[in-house]
Amino acid sequence: MNIGVVVFPGSNCDHDCEYIFKDVLGQSVKMIWHKDTLPAGLDAVVLPGGFSYGDYLRTGAIARFSPVMGAVKTFAREGGLVIGICNGFQILLEAGLLPGVMLRNTSLNFICKDVYVKVENAATRFTNRCESGQVLKIPIAHADGNYYTDPVTLGGIKANAQVIFRYCTAEGKVTPEANPNGSLDNIAGIMNADGNVLGMMPHPERSAETVLGNEDGRLIFLSMLSAFGKTEQQSRLVSV
Amino acid sequence: MKSLVITQAILEQHKLSEDEYKKILEILGREPNWTELGMFSAMWSEHCSYKSSRIHLKKLPTTGPRVVQGPGENAGAVDIGDGLCAVFKMESHNHPSFIEPYQGAATGVGGILRDIFTMGARPIALLNSLRFGGLDNANTRHLLKGVVSGIAGYGNCMGVPTVGGEIVFNDIYALNPLVNVFCVGIARKDKIFLGKAAGVGNPVIYFGSKTGRDGIHGATMASDSFDEQAAQKRPTVQVGDPFTEKLLLEACLELMAGDCLVGIQDMGAAGLTSSACEMASREGTGVELELADVPRREPGMTPYEIMLSESQERMLMVAKAGREDEVIKICRKWDLDVAVIGRVTDTGKVVLKENGQIVAEIPAKALADDGPRYDRPSSPPAYQEMLQSLNYDALPDVKDANATLLELLDAPTIASKRWVYEQYDHMVRTNTMVRPGSDAAVLRVKGTNKALALSVDCNGRYCLLNPYEGAKIAIAECARNLACSGAEPIGVTDCLNFGNPQRPEVMWQFVLAIEGLKDACEALSVPIVSGNVSLYNETNDLSIYPTPMIGMVGLIEDADHTATQWFKQAGDVIILLGRTREDLGGSEYLKIVHHREQGSPPLLNLEDERAVQACTIRLIREGLVQSAHDCSDGGLAVALAECCISGPDGHIGAVIQLPLDGLRRDALLFGESQSRIVLSVKQEQVDSVLNAARNAGVPASRIGVVGGSRLMIRVDGDQRVAGCTIDLEVPNVHERWASAIPRALGQD
Repeated sequence: MNIGVVVFPGSNCDHDCEYIFKDVLGQSVKMIWHKDTLPAGLDAVVLPGGFSYGDYLRTGAIARFSPVMGAVKTFAREGGLVIGICNGFQILLEAGLLPGVMLRNTSLNFICKDVYVKVENAATRFTNRCESGQVLKIPIAHADGNYYTDPVTLGGIKANAQVIFRYCTAEGKVTPEANPNGSLDNIAGIMNADGNVLGMMPHPERSAETVLGNEDGRLIFLSMLSAFGKTEQQSRLVSV
Repeated sequence: MKSLVITQAILEQHKLSEDEYKKILEILGREPNWTELGMFSAMWSEHCSYKSSRIHLKKLPTTGPRVVQGPGENAGAVDIGDGLCAVFKMESHNHPSFIEPYQGAATGVGGILRDIFTMGARPIALLNSLRFGGLDNANTRHLLKGVVSGIAGYGNCMGVPTVGGEIVFNDIYALNPLVNVFCVGIARKDKIFLGKAAGVGNPVIYFGSKTGRDGIHGATMASDSFDEQAAQKRPTVQVGDPFTEKLLLEACLELMAGDCLVGIQDMGAAGLTSSACEMASREGTGVELELADVPRREPGMTPYEIMLSESQERMLMVAKAGREDEVIKICRKWDLDVAVIGRVTDTGKVVLKENGQIVAEIPAKALADDGPRYDRPSSPPAYQEMLQSLNYDALPDVKDANATLLELLDAPTIASKRWVYEQYDHMVRTNTMVRPGSDAAVLRVKGTNKALALSVDCNGRYCLLNPYEGAKIAIAECARNLACSGAEPIGVTDCLNFGNPQRPEVMWQFVLAIEGLKDACEALSVPIVSGNVSLYNETNDLSIYPTPMIGMVGLIEDADHTATQWFKQAGDVIILLGRTREDLGGSEYLKIVHHREQGSPPLLNLEDERAVQACTIRLIREGLVQSAHDCSDGGLAVALAECCISGPDGHIGAVIQLPLDGLRRDALLFGESQSRIVLSVKQEQVDSVLNAARNAGVPASRIGVVGGSRLMIRVDGDQRVAGCTIDLEVPNVHERWASAIPRALGQD
């Protein structure tokens, strides 16, 4: 599988996403500078986490104007697979590739911890290796993950099964206590109507290896591989 | 150059003594001008010149088979095999953080990160050691919140995980908090970069942020004591821009991947002055700079302001002649300001010009290395004897051990720091194997089977009561934290926070602490490769406790063999390594329960310490250990409680039986005897573990079993209480410990 990881100024999970796809799953990865365009032949594009442009205006609000975003929009319109993680999700919202906005966490603090999310729709190109209703433990690390949208849009994405992940308890109950940031309807991740663009606040790349004590996040990446009829290759060690 | 009349008032304003001024006259053979005076003032400040500490620092052991770079550069480096080095240093930002907590702490993080990536290393982890007053004080709560969000704001944005640290709350730090940041990076051993201006004719290139009027005299401010007027010094604190620093980091590493760089140094304290003169001095060369070419934030800045600005996120490098365009292209790719501002010369002087006119001319070595050195008088304080003597017979033994244990777990120094570390991204870069909340953080090293364990430690109260023993214990306990993770200590960085060195009692503390560090490092065979000294930590004539903070790096050869502190499984047997003595002096128990910060701290036998650590590391490597936890603040009872409640996936109980052995009950439960580690091991491994300990000459005893939902500690031979001495529901114990800090902050 050919993966492109976009590097915005201030991206800081770009290397982590590269490591998962290349070194852990054995796929081909290209790092794409935000001033460049997308190379031909990509199967999927990753918008990684971080603080693009320092998050100084509003998360993702400047990154959406980066030159590469025109190509990302075309790529998505033509059916290419796009996943935005954390800051990448925020950029997808600002760019209009997904509906809604991000508000500050209700605590007003940055929060870094493991959370549980429930897979609401397992029939997608990002979750086909999960069971519907499966609970995944994946960490979050953000200050602005409080998803919000208007009631009509919310009704639409729910009716259309575009809500992919919701914060829940370890037992899979979607409760206010399980919601770390005040997100509307406990939403942790959503997909576009065409099913090829996913945004999620939790970081699956941080919970995809046994050495880190948790492999739940790996299911997201394996699902993307499955969508292309691929399986993971023998992982290998690389020097830093 | 225009001459000016240097008055006593001007010297005082620049914190230069008359003798120091005479030395300047000798060096220059004339009166300095305003710019030169400012440059001397900054470089000869305590902060930059180490004038009171340098003769003592020489005693520290700094060499060893793994040492690739010792003290004197931007950071130290030790070999970790596979062609890689761990590059690390710890630094203080105490004064700025008191004046303006968010920016003070944030720029402290920014400064230490630059020290690491300047060496060619990618930073992989941050830890911090913080000291505040009591949380019952509103200003302390403000400082804690500000410092934590400052560290979070900078580190999180940089994408460098903050993986651990420690915090102590004690009123002595109320008006002089400590913010020490420890950063570790990984570099290729053959690609370490140094701050040297080599090659006459090579271009000197400035890149990063523009120079503004912020932070002028920061180094001098950091070398002064505080009084009620401290708030007026706010303009000397810089404002951090982590986004620009992230660009600077990536640009530096991209530049270093090629071969166009000769030397590089960040502009930290004393800004352009220190980077220019230190780079030239190290190489025995000179530099000539054209100040009109320095990128500036505003017009009309004088040479004095340009040279003394401490604007953040700036670097100075020397590149190979003819390669300027390559360098400029990479900096521009990352949207950074960049300008060739001068050349390396063979004059040995720092020569500054403004539009071609010389505005300053000083021998580089005189500024960087020939500053004053003082062997300041030292003598023990008059109150030392009173501090150390304590009549224990006058202190009643513990009556309700349940209540006392809960009271200790509720003390913010001992309580869970989750409220703090959840605000830090501690997982970015996907290396964090052991997160905050265990004795040490553990990070895998990608591309190898190895892992690094990292810890910071210091007990300032021990150092007050006995500076020599306290400093020894800081090293020993830090190494013990690493040992509990299965790591062999391979390098130390220190951050020596003390009061006003012009007070003989402060120098006495300093000199003894250095002796303690030296002896402990030698006994444990671990070199000090970098560090920082922060003096004048006093406000309104009150000095802080001597606080020689220690940061240590440990190596785990096989990342599969790592231990954490919490109990794992019901049925596992609990073994105590080490011996419990009547060590109540300087304990957290005495402070919390008896309101005494007195007595002799526990005495540490370095041979015993070495044996217990080596034994623990071997047991972990052999896979015989389920958990390992160091006994420290709050003693054995607190350590056992932490083993029950600190696991990330819920808690578990334990049933313990301890012999009283003629000790006071409080000493047995809450005393802080050193060289003790609580292990839990599988039932079938008990004999192997006890045998291994016996063969290593380490006292080891089976003290209980993991399991159930209660923590029960029965003391044999205790005549006063028929039943268990401690018997508590673990969820209640957890609740007290976990909610203490949010509760103290009014956020529960």
